[in-house]
Amino acid sequence: MKKIAKAKIDDLFKAISEKEVLYLPVDDAQGQAAFIPWKEGLKMSGDLNTVRSAKDLFFPQVESLVNFKMDGKKLEIIDAKRENDPFVIFGVRPCDAKSFEILDKVFYYSEPVDSFYIARRDKSTVVVLACNEPEETCFCQAFGIDQAEAAGGDVSAWEDGENFYFKAVTEKGEALLEGLPLEDAEDGAADDIKKAAKAVMEKLPLRDLDLSKFGAGKTQELFDDPAWAKLSESCLGCGTCTFVCPTCQCFDIKDFDGGKQIRRFRCWDSCMYSDFTQMSAGQPRPTQKERFRQRFMHKLVYYPDMHEGMFSCVGCGRCLRKCPIHMNIVKVIKTIGEEK
Amino acid sequence: MQAVIKKKAKELLECGTVDRVLGWKAGEFFYDLTPAVFTTPEEIDKDFVFSVFSGANMSKYLIEETKKEGKVAAFIKPCDSYSLVQLQKEHRIKRENCYIVGIACDGMCDMGLVREAGIKGATAVSEKDDKLVLETIYGEKEMPKEKALLERCVHCKSKKVVDFDEMIGENGEENPDCGRFDEVERLEAMTPDERFAFWRSQLSRCIRCNACRNVCPACSCEKCVFDNPDSGIAQKAAASDFEENNFHIIRAYHVAGRCTDCGECSRVCPQNIPLHLLNRKFIKDMNELYGFYQAGADFETKPPIMNYTTNDAEPSVVYQRGGSK
Ligand code: SF4
Ligand code: SF4
Ligand code: SF4
Ligand code: SF4
Repeated sequence: MKKIAKAKIDDLFKAISEKEVLYLPVDDAQGQAAFIPWKEGLKMSGDLNTVRSAKDLFFPQVESLVNFKMDGKKLEIIDAKRENDPFVIFGVRPCDAKSFEILDKVFYYSEPVDSFYIARRDKSTVVVLACNEPEETCFCQAFGIDQAEAAGGDVSAWEDGENFYFKAVTEKGEALLEGLPLEDAEDGAADDIKKAAKAVMEKLPLRDLDLSKFGAGKTQELFDDPAWAKLSESCLGCGTCTFVCPTCQCFDIKDFDGGKQIRRFRCWDSCMYSDFTQMSAGQPRPTQKERFRQRFMHKLVYYPDMHEGMFSCVGCGRCLRKCPIHMNIVKVIKTIGEEK
Repeated sequence: MQAVIKKKAKELLECGTVDRVLGWKAGEFFYDLTPAVFTTPEEIDKDFVFSVFSGANMSKYLIEETKKEGKVAAFIKPCDSYSLVQLQKEHRIKRENCYIVGIACDGMCDMGLVREAGIKGATAVSEKDDKLVLETIYGEKEMPKEKALLERCVHCKSKKVVDFDEMIGENGEENPDCGRFDEVERLEAMTPDERFAFWRSQLSRCIRCNACRNVCPACSCEKCVFDNPDSGIAQKAAASDFEENNFHIIRAYHVAGRCTDCGECSRVCPQNIPLHLLNRKFIKDMNELYGFYQAGADFETKPPIMNYTTNDAEPSVVYQRGGSK
């Protein structure tokens, strides 16, 4: 295990950014944390989590796929894929780290693979930071995530008042720590931090969320549940919950037509939108009820159906904090779970 | 207040004045109230909450609710009542299908501001004098209530409920000296470059979640141009900075003269973009160029954009005020 004094953390960031681009959670103009490339003077945010999740760095909200140039009858097709430089994401929380596993199953390991996603994923080194002070909205434990262990990345990290501690867990992680201005620390250096974090975990109000009514094979049972109507009645059909969610993975492909040039890009889509998967034959989910149901069934039933029972929510609590009307996956789980 | 409101809600259902009640439903925590329709006194007893976290404006829900059979009761705060009147002026709400209970209001709080004050893991709240006392996973914390107030409440334009069937609490007055244009003036005093930089730094953070549009009572079109593939400007995400600005500027124009400054857009924005400043700039300009107008303040006054007077500003005002040509 390695360590560095917090007072010297800028030396570490500097040393990393000399090797690779370093993304760090930083407060933006309005005090909202976001992953931003580090440069001299930037301070790590004190917030538990970024507003947009770390998935942005692998699966950005907008990215060009191909460009077209038209000149009379001539059509030129220009590949828009760009080479990515290797990069490091520092301070990913364990829930977001788990979300990468969920996205990997879709974009990295399932055919057809997503070469844009893979290119970025392969170039990344992820430093996962344990959570000492989770919020009341955190329920990662319900999905088997241990926020004290900082697993799921290439390096696991812990912090206390004085130091950051690091342990490489993959070869990539070892390569990153190699040559950085770090001191050696004993193996159990983070044990007290973990112990304190586990004590906090015991106090989290949503820690015992009961998921037993959900999972693979529950479609028939839950699809026509009358509770969907009530749960979705005040949903605004905005995309906030889907856009802040680390595991939402739907995208659309659009053309930006500039007359002589066209940019074909993909962008995040939201099942909450009225034109989601609209077809020439019409809209398969005509009202907000069906769209709303799609979001939660996907997380809690369809994804588990396709991926050995694994849920595709990580309990990060972003949708609990940001939904304008405070409807969210916990209320769905409790309402439907309790009536069954 | 909550006890009186709940009692009223039950009474209205029991004596058959209404069939449904629109209100705020308890969540997992003390702050995560969800707008909901209640149909029985038991449901109201169990889940109806009115607290400093009942910020959500109920007026827009009345568009759909008043299309239904029967009558619905709604509890309307002063700021919500301006949207209620404005929507009636636009013939979007069937007034005969709703029963409006106006409620006096001392200001609503925002959990985002509590968190910004550094309070983590809050699980319960109480009010002591002018403080919020928060129980958290990390022990008891306090903060001045004032610091947790929604921006629109800090600069509350009016404590008057402008349309109601009955009032709970005493109806208040308009407050022209609320200072809601101070921040706009600060932006106006900037150089064009500074102002451009300000708006770029704000709007470039937009994630196009559409929460601002979907919550907005003035955005009540059946199909928004931005959702309509035939409009030519439909967008699901901003493909460029131009589009980022485009969405917000078009939206500000579409609600100009109809935006009551209810503050919901800024309340819901997950990125804390101060959208109200854009709308307030429009309101301030209209006031200066066409005479004072407050959308939703009454049923009679015509909005400047739908009214012609010989004193109206000429289009050349753009050049006169714009500085460089
Ligand atoms: S559904 Fe909500 S809690 Fe679950 S991963 Fe998505 S944003 Fe986080
Ligand atoms: S949900 Fe868990 S892992 Fe995520 S921030 Fe909260 S405590 Fe940390
Ligand atoms: S659940 Fe909330 S965040 Fe999601 S679409 Fe509905 S209103 Fe928006
Ligand atoms: S609510 Fe905020 S982030 Fe969402 S579209 Fe509006 S300005 Fe953008």
